[in-house]
Formats: sequence, C-alpha cells, structure tokens
Amino acid sequence: MIKAILIFNNHGKPRLSKFYEHYNEDTEQQIIRETFHLVSKRDENVCNFLEGGMLIGGSENKLIYRHYATLYFVFCVDSSESELGILDLIQVFVETLDKCFENVCELDLIFHVDKVHNILAEMVMGGMVLETNMNEIITQVDAQNKMEKSEAGIAGAPARAVSAVKNMNLPEMPRNINIGDISIKVPNLPSFK
Amino acid sequence: MSPSVRLQEMIRVIRGARTQGEERGVIQRECAAIRAQFRQADNGTRSHNLAKLLYVHMLGYPAHFGQMECVRLIASPRYNEKRVGYLGAMMLLDEKQDASLLITNSIKNDLSHSSQYVQSLALCTLGCMGSAEMCRDLAPEIDRLLRASNSYIKKKAALCAVHIVRKVPELGELFTPAARSLLSEKNHGVLHGAVVLITELCERNPDTLEQFRKVVPELVQIMKGLVMSGYSPEHNVAGISDPFLQVRILRLLRILGRNNDTASDAMNDLLAQVATNTDSSKTAGSAVLYETVLTVMDIKSESGLRVLAVNILGRFLLNNDRNIRYISMTSLQKIVQTDHNAVQRHRGTIVDCLKDQDASVKRRALELSLALVSAVNIRSLMKELLLFLSSCPPELRAHTTSGIFNAAERYAPSQRWHIDTILHVLTTAGGDVRDETVPNLIQLITTATELHCYTVHKLYRALITDISVQSLVQVACWCIGEYGDLLLRGECEETEPVQVAEDDVLDALEMVLQSHMSSPATRGFALTATMKLSTRITHNVDRIRSIVSIYGSCIDVELQQRAVEYNALFKKYDHMRAAVLERMPVIDKSSPGHTNGESAGGTMKEMEPTKLTQEVVLPQEPANKVCDLLDLLGGSAEPLQPSPALSTTPLGPVSSTAGGDLLDLLGGLDVTPVPPSVIVYEKNGVTLKLQTDRQTDTGMTVTLTATNSTDGDITSITLQAAVPKSVQLQMKAPSGDVIPAHGLGQVTQTVLLNNPNKVSLKMRVRVCYTSQGSVCQDTVQIDSFPSPAW
Repeated sequence: MIKAILIFNNHGKPRLSKFYEHYNEDTEQQIIRETFHLVSKRDENVCNFLEGGMLIGGSENKLIYRHYATLYFVFCVDSSESELGILDLIQVFVETLDKCFENVCELDLIFHVDKVHNILAEMVMGGMVLETNMNEIITQVDAQNKMEKSEAGIAGAPARAVSAVKNMNLPEMPRNINIGDISIKVPNLPSFK
Repeated sequence: MSPSVRLQEMIRVIRGARTQGEERGVIQRECAAIRAQFRQADNGTRSHNLAKLLYVHMLGYPAHFGQMECVRLIASPRYNEKRVGYLGAMMLLDEKQDASLLITNSIKNDLSHSSQYVQSLALCTLGCMGSAEMCRDLAPEIDRLLRASNSYIKKKAALCAVHIVRKVPELGELFTPAARSLLSEKNHGVLHGAVVLITELCERNPDTLEQFRKVVPELVQIMKGLVMSGYSPEHNVAGISDPFLQVRILRLLRILGRNNDTASDAMNDLLAQVATNTDSSKTAGSAVLYETVLTVMDIKSESGLRVLAVNILGRFLLNNDRNIRYISMTSLQKIVQTDHNAVQRHRGTIVDCLKDQDASVKRRALELSLALVSAVNIRSLMKELLLFLSSCPPELRAHTTSGIFNAAERYAPSQRWHIDTILHVLTTAGGDVRDETVPNLIQLITTATELHCYTVHKLYRALITDISVQSLVQVACWCIGEYGDLLLRGECEETEPVQVAEDDVLDALEMVLQSHMSSPATRGFALTATMKLSTRITHNVDRIRSIVSIYGSCIDVELQQRAVEYNALFKKYDHMRAAVLERMPVIDKSSPGHTNGESAGGTMKEMEPTKLTQEVVLPQEPANKVCDLLDLLGGSAEPLQPSPALSTTPLGPVSSTAGGDLLDLLGGLDVTPVPPSVIVYEKNGVTLKLQTDRQTDTGMTVTLTATNSTDGDITSITLQAAVPKSVQLQMKAPSGDVIPAHGLGQVTQTVLLNNPNKVSLKMRVRVCYTSQGSVCQDTVQIDSFPSPAW
C-alpha cells in the first residue's frame, strides 16, 4: 500500500502532498520536512530507495523517489509494493503530467495543484495503484474537465473575459520555462485555460 | 468562472511574500476572508474558497474550519463544486472527525448518480477515507457496482472494495463472488483491481484462499497472454506488456501456491517461461523478473527452477544499476534462511557491496553479510566486517557492532581470536557498542585463563594510547587491577614482552582517574583497580594509599564512598586486605548480577546487593561486620557498571542513601523478590502451579510446575498453552513427561511470553496425562497472573 505521495522542490517547499493514511496536520508537515531531509542528502548516482523516516513508519516503510530537475517525487510505500514497479509508476505519473500540461514545469504544479490532484486521483486510489495506462488516464481527466467547463456555461463568460484581460497584462509571468533549458515561450494569448 | 483563477491569484500573492512572517500575514487574511465567505449564504465562489483553503492546508496552516464546507459542497448538484468538495473531504476529513459521517448519505446518493464521473468521485473518496461504519453502510452499493457497470467504474469499485475489506474484514465474503467473476474481464485496469482485491481477500481469510486456488489455471492463462502477446501499444512500458499487471498476478500466484503442491505444479511452467523470456535490460523487465524469483522461492517449485531463480538474483547482483543491486540483496535476505548454500556462493559480491558508496546498498550488504556468517567463513568475513566498521556511516555503527559481537560469540574459532576481535571493535567504534559489552567481555576474559597475560598486555597498551573510549578504558582498568602482577612480571609468550614498571601502571590509572573524559563509572573502575594493585605490587603501596585517601574527599559520592572504604581497609583491616583483594573467581555467565543495568534509573549502587544473590563464591566468611564490608567491597570490586559507554556527562546524583548506608545493603535497591506461585489446577492428585517472572517491559517468563500426589506415577504429561492474539508465545521443552508418585518429583515447563501491545493477559492451558491407566485431559483458563504481571 502506498502511504503517502509527496512532491517538493529542492528547497523543501511542498508542491503536492497526499496522505493515504491519517496523520494530524502537524505530523504531516513534520513528515514532509523529514522526508526532504533524508532525500536531499542523497547523491546523484545512488539507488532510489531509502528506509523511511521514523515518523512515517521507520524501517517497515520505504521511500522511493525520483529527482527531476527541481522537483523530488517521493512515494512512501510499505513492503507489499514492488519497489521497481513504483519506480515505473513515478515515471508514468510524470509523463502523464507532461502530456496534460504540455511540457510541465514546476510553476504548472504550483498554480494548478487541484488539477494535479485530479490526475493523481485517476492513478492511485486509497493507497493502491488504479490505472497505469497513460492514455486512459488522460482521456478520463479530459472528460471530467469538459464536464466542469460545460457547467460553468454562460455565466462564466464575463469571468473568462476578465481573466483573459488579466493574463494579457502580465507579460512578466513566463508561461513555460524549462529549467535547465533557456528557451522561454511567449504566452499564446487566445489559449487561456 | 473557473476556480483556478482566484486560486492562482492567491498563490501569486503568497509567493510574492518575502519573509515567513509576511506569508503568515497574507494567509491569515485570506483565511479570515474565506471564513467570512463560508458563513454567508450560497454564492458562486464557494468552490474557489475551498480550493484556496486546501492550498493553504498543504503549506501547513490550520484548515479545519473548512470541514463543514466540504460537506455542503459535496451535497451540491454542480459537478465542479462536488469535485472540490470531495477533494477537500479526502484532505481534511478522516474517520475521527464527526463531519465524516455526514457525507455518508451524499456518497450513497452519488454512487447511484447518472454520471459516471460523479460515481467515481464518490468511490474515490470512500476508498480513501471511509470509516468502518461508512463501509458497512455502503458495501452493498459497492458490490452492485462491481457487477453491473462499465469498466471505468468497475476498477474503482474493486479498489474501494479492497479498502472496505481492510476496514471491516467480515465483509470479505460479500465480495468474493464478484471478485471471481471480474477475472474474466478484458480491461487491464479492471483486471488489475480484481487481482488486488483477490490478493487482499486471500491474505485475510484462509478459506477464501482455498476457494481461489481453483482460479490458478485462469491466472496462468492471463499471464501467458501477457508474456507472449508481443507489442501492444496501450500497455507497453519499455518493451514489457503491462508489467504492473504481471507483477500483481505473480504476487497473487505466490500467495496461492504457498504450501500447496497442486497449485505450485500448475505454475511451474509459466514461471520458467517468464523467467527465461523477460528482457531485463530496463527496470520494467527487472521488476517482473524479481517478482518471479520471489514467487519461485516461496512456492513448492522444482529444484531446477530454484537454481534458475538464485542465478537470476546473482546476475542482478552484478548489475551496474544500483537499484537492481539493492533489490537483489533485499530478496536474498528473504531466502538466506532457507537456501543458505545458494546464497553463500555470492558472498564475494555481497562483501564487495559493503564498499559501495551508497548508504542504502551498504545497509543491505551489511545485513546480508551478518546473515551469511557461519563457522566456515568466520575469519575472512570478520576481517571484511572490521574493515567496514572503520569506514561505515555513523547510523549503521551500532548495528554493525552488535552484529559482529553476536557472530563472534556464536562462531569464534578460538578464545584469543574472540578477545582480539572485541578489542578491535572497541578501539575502532567503542562509542557505539551496547552497554552489556563490558561485563560480557570481562566474563570472557576471566574464562580464558591462559590468555590473561596476553590480554592484560594488550589492554595496557591500548590504555596508554587512548583513554577516550569509556568501555575500553573500563575493561582495561579492570584487567590491570586483576592481573597487574602478570603485567609487571613482563614476560608473556603470546606477545612481545615489554617492561612495565609499577610507576607506569599507576601513572596510567591516575591519568584515567583525573581525566575529565572519564565518566564517573570509569573512575570507579580505575579506583578499584588501583586498590587491587596494592596487593599485587611491592614498592608503591604508599602511593596507592595516598591516591585512595585523596579521593576520600571527592565530590562524587560514589567515589568518595569507595575511597573511604578502601582507606578503612588500609587502616583497620589491613590483615584482611590480601584476602579481600584476591583474584576474582570465574564469573558464571548466567548469574543474576551479570545482566546489564539499563533498566535501572542510573543509580550506581544497585550492583552491590546483587552480589548477595550471586553464588557464594567469595572464599572467606569472616565475622559479621567485616562480612558486610566484604560484600560491599565485593560489590564494588565487581565491575558490572550500568552506565552506558556513550555518556560523557556524569550520571545524575546518586541515590541519597548511598553515602550513609554503608551497612544497609538493601537501601535504594529493588532486589527481585522470589516470584509467587499460584496453583491453577488441582485434580486427580495432579497439581499445576504457575510462577511468573517479569524480564523486560513486554516479556515475561512463566514457569508451569506439575506435581503428583497420587500413589502411581503420572506418565506422558503434556501441556499446551494459548494466549490472546497479539501476545507472542514460545514454549520451551518440558523437563520430562513423567511425574513420580507421592510428590517425589515434578515436571517443569517454561513459557516465554511477549506482550508488545500490553493487552490484558489471559492464558488457556490444556493438560493431558495418563494416570493409573486412563487418559485425562483438562483445560484451565488463567485470567489473572500473580505480580509482577501487567
């Protein structure tokens, strides 16, 4: 069973935290800090498995992590999960995010936390792996987003106009920066999400 | 208006805050605004507010006031509000909150909603945070969804069912038939969910396990399809067709095939096929192979298959990818008990992994190496382990030292080797050894009588080089005190002789006494050693007297007491001195005074009275007063100090009784009273007595004694015991099975109990015996145990 899924950046700021077992709020924050501590100490070319910290179950639980650019994706699992399988799952998750957000970067995760949660909900449910087929996941997520948009309907039109104008006035907010790659894409004005 | 825009604005503002305080201020203002909006009537912005609140929650700020809002949003008919409401429920609510019960009805309604996405939201939330009551209420709904809906809902329902079974195991039977039928689905997602559900059911209930053994052929068919299918773009991960599903099925096959020949036979071919055909160049293939290997080792497979599996693991070990190496060592750890020889073949590679840079790999290699130690390879392996100890990361040190000690104790080829090894460990990592190392080592040294000379020379040399490692210094002081005459004699066959003068020895001991690195316990050792030397050396007795009298006014009460006593020994009881300070007898390993004192608070005095209970080995039995003094001195001369080697700060104040009660041996001490015994069964002349002895915080030893007061012998008496589920029971072999007549003898049996959850302890004992030709059997329930029980 997957106990927790955490995404945080190189400085330890949480970008996503999903716990599948109940801990109270303080413990959750401590777990995030402890996990960051353990994971950030690791060298680049060591293996991706770690014993869990004390707060999240100690030696029975393992932390399986992957480091992409500025983000750490950490899955805390117990012994019933296959470690290599989870490693692949992280890869599928990131690829799905990439497809959904088009060249995903950290800013996408920051500003669209709810969307990331929805995507994750299609992949992992109750601590167990639900779906690993990327296309299937994306189809479902798109259908749900369409449902949401259709509900907004006419009433949403003025608000959409307002948000379009707002986005036009923010040239300094880069849309897609690939960290490590210096290409900065200018926002495409008609395509507001 | 999509909720994200407002959320984005807030996120932007929070990110713009320059300091932590500024951020806190912004968030507090936002939370106040959100709270105010929640209190208002329904407006269109509720979902945005909850989304903002969830973001704030992720950053770690309190968000409990959003719980009722989640409930309200879930009940709303609009999809986007429901979505945020359910997300909030998963993040903010849990079974302990009362609000979670309020959403049960909403979930029930949503489970029958026309839109599958609403159904999926409800399923997801129930699967994540459903409490036992909610699960009981909604289980029939889930069962319905398992049977009659589209594959999207079916797979979610399957995982929701797993959660329900975890929370309420009795509902497992409800889902068994549905799970069985799900196996014939084509959709991989549903298959995956079905396999997980079946795995969970089988793990919980052995009857269900029996039932599902019949589906082994079906599972084998599915696997074959996956393995042979060739390229399928939908489920392909790095060339393997749906490795996630393959791994799950292999795991289920493992559970089904365990301890069962027919099931195992059905799987043999398949496993061989998977093992040979899977390409392991990428992680996905390795994952499948790894799972195959674990399955092969766990079921009753043919020996050829087992050899293949161990070879695969060996290949993994040599892989360059550290992940694979880590995985293979984990699996080797699991099989080292059963297939010891097979794993031994790879010992070289494992030992090489000890030198790897990666801490996780090192840890695995260490555990595996310790498991591989045997009488044959002890010398070479110990060399590697000692090398590892000198460079190992600090968090592994304690584990390594205790592992080395255990291995040395079990397989030491000679006493000298054993002592050398322990000394080596103490010099390299003396700060990380367990407290009982010191008394254990001392006991070992006393038994190795022919090595006393060698040992004391070695220890002396270690002492003069470095006095910072407390455990080593303590042992060294003790040995010098005991065997100082051998040291001064200067000749020794085993090591090169070195001339040691009496002054040098006393200098060394004084250095220990005066150094601020020495803990009070170490100082006690040194003082006693100095005193003992007074009978073993000839010239510098006055120096010893002066040292001892100086410490008569030491601030540390323990040292002061000792010094005063020794002074008294010099002055009034000089005639006794030689006898008192004679060479110690060999310490028996199982004596009660030999246990370490870590359970005690930190008083140093408790060791003295335990000398009382120790076997009466002291050679002299002089008059009363001196007898008491003797015992006290015997106690303090017995260096079973409890202070951990790690403490550099002096131990807390000694119990106040220490100073005054020279002759009150029992002051401030808990000598364990003789445990009371209770008669639990008395019938036909057979009496069964129960005696408890509390060893540790959770462990207890119970001794059952059966006696016979009839005229004839009682034969073939057996005792069986049962305890509550969370308590662990271990019965030792009984002393016999015949009780002679007329109470002339008895049969005892020891039972070790471990009660980690501290449940109330009950035990049921069944007694079977043959008396006067007839077989009798009785069961006794023991509900209350005599103290010191829990």
